[in-house]
Amino acid sequence: MSQTYDITLRIAYRYQNPAAASRTLLRMLPRTLPDQQLLYGTVTTDPAPDHRIDELDFFGNPCTELAHGRRLSEIDFLFKGRVLRYEPAHGLDLSCALEDVPREVAQIHSIAPESPHHFVGASPRLRPEPEIAAFARDCVAPGLSALAAVDAVSAALHDAFAFDPGATEVTTTPIEAFRARRGVCQDISHVMITGLRALGIPAGYVSGFLRTTPPEGQKRLEGADAMHAWVRAWCGAEAGWVAFDPTNAIRAGSDHVAVAFGRDYSDVAPVKGSLRSSGSHRTTHHVDVVPV
Amino acid sequence: MTPEQMTRFLSGYAPIEGVADELKRADGSMRPVWDPLMRHLAGQSAETLARAFARGDQYLHDTGVYFRQHSGTGMDAETGSLMRGWPLSHVPVVIAEAEWAALADGIAQRAELLERVMADLYGPGDLVRDGFLPADLVAQNPEWLRPVVGMKPRSGHYLHFLAFELGRSPDGSWFVLGDRTQAPSGAGFALENRMASTRIFHDLFQTTNIERLAGFFRSFRDAMNGLRGDGEGRVGILTPGQHTDTYYEHAYIARYLGFSLLECEDLTVQDGRLAVRTINGPEPVGVLWRRLDSRFADPLELDETSALGTPGMVAALRAGAMDMVNCLGSGVLESRALMAFLPRIARHLIGAPLRLPNIATWWCGQETEKSYVKANLERMMIGSAQSTKLPFDIEANTAVAGRFPCGADGSVSDWIEREGAQLVGQEAVTLSTTPAMIDGKLVPRPMVVRVFAARTPNGWAVMPGGYARIGRGGDPTTLGMQAGGSVADVWIMADQPVVQDTLARAQSGPFLRRLPGLLPARAADNLYWLGRYVERAEGSVRVLRAYHLRLEEYGRRTVPLVDRLGRFLESYGVDTREPVPEALLSHLDAALTCASKVRDRFSTDGWTALNDLADSARELSERVAPGDDAARAMSVLLRKTAGFSGLVHENMFRFLGWRFLSLGRALERADHMASVLASFAMAEGLDGGLDATVEIGDSVMTHRRRYSVETSRDTVIDMLALDRDNPRSILFQIDRVREDESKLAELSGAQGVGEAGRKILMLQTALAVATPEQITARRLSRTRRELAAISEALTAQYLS
Repeated sequence: MSQTYDITLRIAYRYQNPAAASRTLLRMLPRTLPDQQLLYGTVTTDPAPDHRIDELDFFGNPCTELAHGRRLSEIDFLFKGRVLRYEPAHGLDLSCALEDVPREVAQIHSIAPESPHHFVGASPRLRPEPEIAAFARDCVAPGLSALAAVDAVSAALHDAFAFDPGATEVTTTPIEAFRARRGVCQDISHVMITGLRALGIPAGYVSGFLRTTPPEGQKRLEGADAMHAWVRAWCGAEAGWVAFDPTNAIRAGSDHVAVAFGRDYSDVAPVKGSLRSSGSHRTTHHVDVVPV
Repeated sequence: MTPEQMTRFLSGYAPIEGVADELKRADGSMRPVWDPLMRHLAGQSAETLARAFARGDQYLHDTGVYFRQHSGTGMDAETGSLMRGWPLSHVPVVIAEAEWAALADGIAQRAELLERVMADLYGPGDLVRDGFLPADLVAQNPEWLRPVVGMKPRSGHYLHFLAFELGRSPDGSWFVLGDRTQAPSGAGFALENRMASTRIFHDLFQTTNIERLAGFFRSFRDAMNGLRGDGEGRVGILTPGQHTDTYYEHAYIARYLGFSLLECEDLTVQDGRLAVRTINGPEPVGVLWRRLDSRFADPLELDETSALGTPGMVAALRAGAMDMVNCLGSGVLESRALMAFLPRIARHLIGAPLRLPNIATWWCGQETEKSYVKANLERMMIGSAQSTKLPFDIEANTAVAGRFPCGADGSVSDWIEREGAQLVGQEAVTLSTTPAMIDGKLVPRPMVVRVFAARTPNGWAVMPGGYARIGRGGDPTTLGMQAGGSVADVWIMADQPVVQDTLARAQSGPFLRRLPGLLPARAADNLYWLGRYVERAEGSVRVLRAYHLRLEEYGRRTVPLVDRLGRFLESYGVDTREPVPEALLSHLDAALTCASKVRDRFSTDGWTALNDLADSARELSERVAPGDDAARAMSVLLRKTAGFSGLVHENMFRFLGWRFLSLGRALERADHMASVLASFAMAEGLDGGLDATVEIGDSVMTHRRRYSVETSRDTVIDMLALDRDNPRSILFQIDRVREDESKLAELSGAQGVGEAGRKILMLQTALAVATPEQITARRLSRTRRELAAISEALTAQYLS
């Protein structure tokens, strides 16, 4: 089963005072993966940059680095393209037992991008949090498979959290969101990653898109109005990486289109920049994911 | 000197049993290499020796050598800081050339091994794949920078300048306590120690064969110039700035080697190339000696919270547009855990055992090693596996001999069991001792030596000398090296006469062609403000002197002039109740801050004079009374200001930076004079106002000679506003400003007159044709506004 989407992502910045010369790093172009194919698509900016480099980052995410020499009072970043998405196979549970995960991780002698070793311990925005660790431990019972354990944590977080775009900001730490039990996909994903790592399960962050309008008769998913975030967990050598959407308590499937993989948000932020402006600025995001 | 005298001199020196000593062998006899130094020391009277030591200390004090000593431990620690002087242990460490040669050989081998390890960690990753390094030790290392993976350095090499912290075991062999690969400091400090020790032991440098350091620095400088490849782009030294503990060293070595000292905000990336923002626009940089930790270098691709970085630095490096000494990411090699694996990696990568071993290290993420560490807690130091600290930098959670000296709770064994993969055990080593002179007696003190290696076209060059750290007490374990010891020079004593060498010796490749001076806009800005602040201080001092002289003359009686002087000072934020006001001290502090940011372009004499001025002012502020006493103090400060100005304005070459200093001074002086004239020369019936004006304007004699009449409004205005030959007049300053700015515009190749030039020309012309009657209070305030506009235009044109 597959689904094709026409996707538009527009991120616009408006500055009160013109911002000085800048460099910007964009991660807006969807990845091509075994179950996902970018049929065509481009990332453009308005105004056009003076200098541009397109390449892949360490984790294989397409990135665009831009330099603007002039002062800017507004700038738009735009992705438009078409993606073909296959439903991933959710067959048998091939994952190892939860308690065997660390041993299986240790047997992976690799520092290549897909290696689980990058996704344990602390990362730039995430550090061990005893409260979240305790929550995660309460979700699991001895004898669970890794996959079942991740499902359990994902479901428990979904139940505990209220989806509330007003409660947090992009800089909110996971522990703040966790204590408030409120937030958006970024917060819930960060909390889940922190919890999974505490259980010894390598876990990473995925940024991407969610189908905007649900198929007939189905409920609209949370997080479709902006870029979405979910979680990848490594469930043993046999099962490998599996993607979970804790905001909707589902496995990520053909409704999800992945843009970037990373250890946490800092690795995948769609726009990273260094605009220097003395005044305030306003940002707007607009996402459209239309099935064709 | 008789052998008996020598024996007597050395008899009190008793090394600890079972500990290697640099001076004495186990049988109590002296190592022959120390003979000349010991003879020299034994042959001096206590007074002569104290004078010689004082010469060294004086040198270090005068040059302003300091480092920020951070709370707790050694110079690599990160929190809390205070500036402190240089704790020189005057007795150098002496090592024989033959022994040094073997050591240098081991260092070169180790440097090459580290290069290959780095190339693998940022390249194919075979060491992990083939089981020589655990994957999580690399993946969890915060200094393993993923954006650098796959990057190929333009020169083909990642590492160019390294340091190694060495100690000597009881059996006499040397071992490495830590590899310093990130941005090693200390080479400049070693040079300064040498400068001090040549002042103390001048004769010995003539009569014995102490290896010189200059050749090493010349090779390194030439190698850096050589890295420029096509010859385009400059060589710069990248410093985190003056708040870093080793800033003095960065400035010193930049001056010594003749490279520009740059901060991240001086740099910009344009069209994929790194460039310095100069007063004339961007200038390409081809080679950067990085003294800033990698992860702070680029907020876009590395630590996003870094306020120090240059966005695009990683991209410029990746594009092969520059070379970095050392390449970003080199800090990965400093982690303690790596030392557990290096012996085996050496045999694998270079097919030979390490000639210079490191401190025995066990990573507790492996069962066998973990059990071994737990079974031998008594002779272990246990700490974080990813830490880059040296073994004697005891951290909060370091365990030594089975206990936590910094007070952490719990059982060390349980800790290892729980967090094994995050921990390493390191053998608690015993260091050698070396003589230190304490209260006139030689006593053994533990030591470690930092040794430096530079990549040159002919392989790794090792500095024949080093930077020794001497423990405060007698404890020869690494614990004894903690918290505030002293430092010492290291002499490599050759068997043959050595070349008397200096850096200036002519002999270099095709790259010695001097490029025209490069002036970063930030440095120019600091020089400009240095000029302004010193002049602002001088202006305050002149008015304060006039005020206190009159206070003395009239007492506390209300005299309009005293009152007016007081209000004038208050309008400048000066509290007249303080004889040496805080506002004055803060101008001098601001001047010092500016000067400290441009230490690399400042003469030592100028720096010393400025410090002396600020110190004197602070000292006077504590003991001076109002009136005559304060007036005298102001005269002292004026003389010291003149001393500084003389050094700076008379003796400094008219290079670009000097122009900014001069501009700052001229604009500030013009503004001050306009303000003084408006307050004291315009008021009808202000008794003594005109004389006070002439006195503040330092023109009493001139006025008497020139006009041979009483002061009148017009003579005073003529002399202090419009006289082109009076170095205190407003127009004189505008002429200077015009000259300086024209020179800057000419050097920048600008076409026509710029905004600043236009404003200067207009004010100059207006004053040149003005008559004294036309200079009213209102005209003076307009002039002050025009001066401010000139300052703004200069800032926009050259300084941002």
